[in-house]
Amino acid sequence: MTMATTTTTATATARRYGRLLSYVGIGAIVLYCLAPFYWMVVSGLRRPSDQFATTPFPNPISFQNFQAAFSATNGFARALLNSFIVAGTTTVFTLAIGITAAYAIARLEFRFKNVVLAVIIATSMFPGISLLVPLLRLFVSLDWINTYQALIVPCMSFALPLTVFNLTAFFKQMPLELEGAAQVDGCTKWQAFRKIILPLAMPGVFTSAILTFIAAWNEFIIALSVTNEKDMRTAPVITALFTGQYKYDQPFGTQMAAGVAVTIPLVIGVLIFQRRIVDGLTAGALK
Amino acid sequence: MTITMAAPKRRAVRLTKRTGDSWTAGYMLLPALLTLALVAGYPIVAALRLSFVEVADQINPQTGMLEKTESLGLGNYVGLFVGDSGEAFRNAFMNTTLFTVIGVVVETALGVAMALVMNKAFRARALVRVSVLVPWAIPTAISGLMWKWIFESDGIANTVLNAEIIWTADNSTIFGFISAPFTAVLVADIWKTAPFIGLIVLAGLQVVPKEVYEAAKVDGAGPFTTFWRITLPLIKPTVVVAVLFRMLDALKMFDLPFVLVGANKHSVETLSMLAQFELSNVRYGPAAAYSTVLFAYVAVIAFVFVKMLGADLVGRGLKGRG
Repeated sequence: MTMATTTTTATATARRYGRLLSYVGIGAIVLYCLAPFYWMVVSGLRRPSDQFATTPFPNPISFQNFQAAFSATNGFARALLNSFIVAGTTTVFTLAIGITAAYAIARLEFRFKNVVLAVIIATSMFPGISLLVPLLRLFVSLDWINTYQALIVPCMSFALPLTVFNLTAFFKQMPLELEGAAQVDGCTKWQAFRKIILPLAMPGVFTSAILTFIAAWNEFIIALSVTNEKDMRTAPVITALFTGQYKYDQPFGTQMAAGVAVTIPLVIGVLIFQRRIVDGLTAGALK
Repeated sequence: MTITMAAPKRRAVRLTKRTGDSWTAGYMLLPALLTLALVAGYPIVAALRLSFVEVADQINPQTGMLEKTESLGLGNYVGLFVGDSGEAFRNAFMNTTLFTVIGVVVETALGVAMALVMNKAFRARALVRVSVLVPWAIPTAISGLMWKWIFESDGIANTVLNAEIIWTADNSTIFGFISAPFTAVLVADIWKTAPFIGLIVLAGLQVVPKEVYEAAKVDGAGPFTTFWRITLPLIKPTVVVAVLFRMLDALKMFDLPFVLVGANKHSVETLSMLAQFELSNVRYGPAAAYSTVLFAYVAVIAFVFVKMLGADLVGRGLKGRG
């Protein structure tokens, strides 16, 4: 009896310590992930005159840095628009051609299926710079420098494999009886896909769309290399290249404000679609 | 009797299904495969060709004008080993390798630790999930800027560490022998990617059935034995895939060192940066040679992982999630 009680108390204490440790661990992770981002937000909200202050809160809060970031001379608003156009178009194109490809790989029987999938995965591993060198030469000769197509076309090289990979994993999850039932009702394979599978796959399509959009929005090396005019820069590039009033004076306050503005759409997206994003990110890595 | 009659019928059905699918599959795959051939297949072949193109200034004997002439040769590859360009290449190759090896080792250790903690979390799951996604979602170039600000000489890093280290100058060191800018880039990279590994590993942990841990407990295994003998072997396939993805990404590293320290800086220049620097100076041949070496490097690492460590990428894609 006494022994039993002691064991229960011991387990209870161990569990309490375990729980405490887990809280400490969780706190550490949250701090690790958010502290640098918090510092960027706080620095963006300080007055330029107390930019180097190290207080944890901006006092007073000022939007001067944000005004500076969006001032007409920087072309930042235009860059945000460019980023939306480039990331949006890339997402729409890759989805349009990626959905059918992913469906075929996931649910149709055909020869060389492994080869096709291996090729698609392999292309996703190509370093951006290896593709960029000949593409830039081509774009120069086509007079495509500072155009949207020069920003969008190379993005397809990483966005398309990403989309196909994600959607394949999603299509695999759906019950195989769906097409069977459609065929019994007289649908062809194509009709089964278009009328039955596609409407049901919308959540997966949406998840891929978010992931592709974020990947294209964050792209840097291509956008840096195929543009040299302010009007055609994307938001991450123009933010990184902001110059200060004097030559060696990096305008950190303005850059932090701009950085927050570039990141906020993504953070909002993460807040709303956290579950889907995690599902999409981990889909490829699990059986 | 019924069985012998049923068998040939089923085979016939499967045969028609297979041939029917092949055509449909072909049409459905064609747009994607064509696009990939154009935006990835063609450039990779063109880059290989370009890496053998040597440009030289020559005086045209007829007009007496200076002209650029192109010829095919191994000059760009010879340049990887001799002279200043050889030194730059060796340095970039070392930096790329060190960033990848040190970065991925630390990120994996941190990521697995994070996953273990998150797996035990019963409350605040949404907060943890959002927190972990923030470093992943921030554009790498912006996170480079953010860390540059943190690592400013009057910045918060030096305030917290009570130090006066010039983090972002090319030849600045910590304790006299560790490159400060290299360390700064490494810290920024680890910050951004360890949570990503944590997420992937967490998903792997969540499919391990609870009974396995209970059985281990009954057999008297402590937490460390359980981790080394049970958890780790079970999540190994997931970790291998996560490490492979991270390594391939780290080998291409460009944004962080470019924004945090700058172009053409010895201490942090990677192969991607070297190639991009040549490209921005319209030296296509050397740029193509550097980037082709990087491509080969990536291919070798991917091959080693798939063949030797059994990173089952194709199988995973085909099976999807169970």
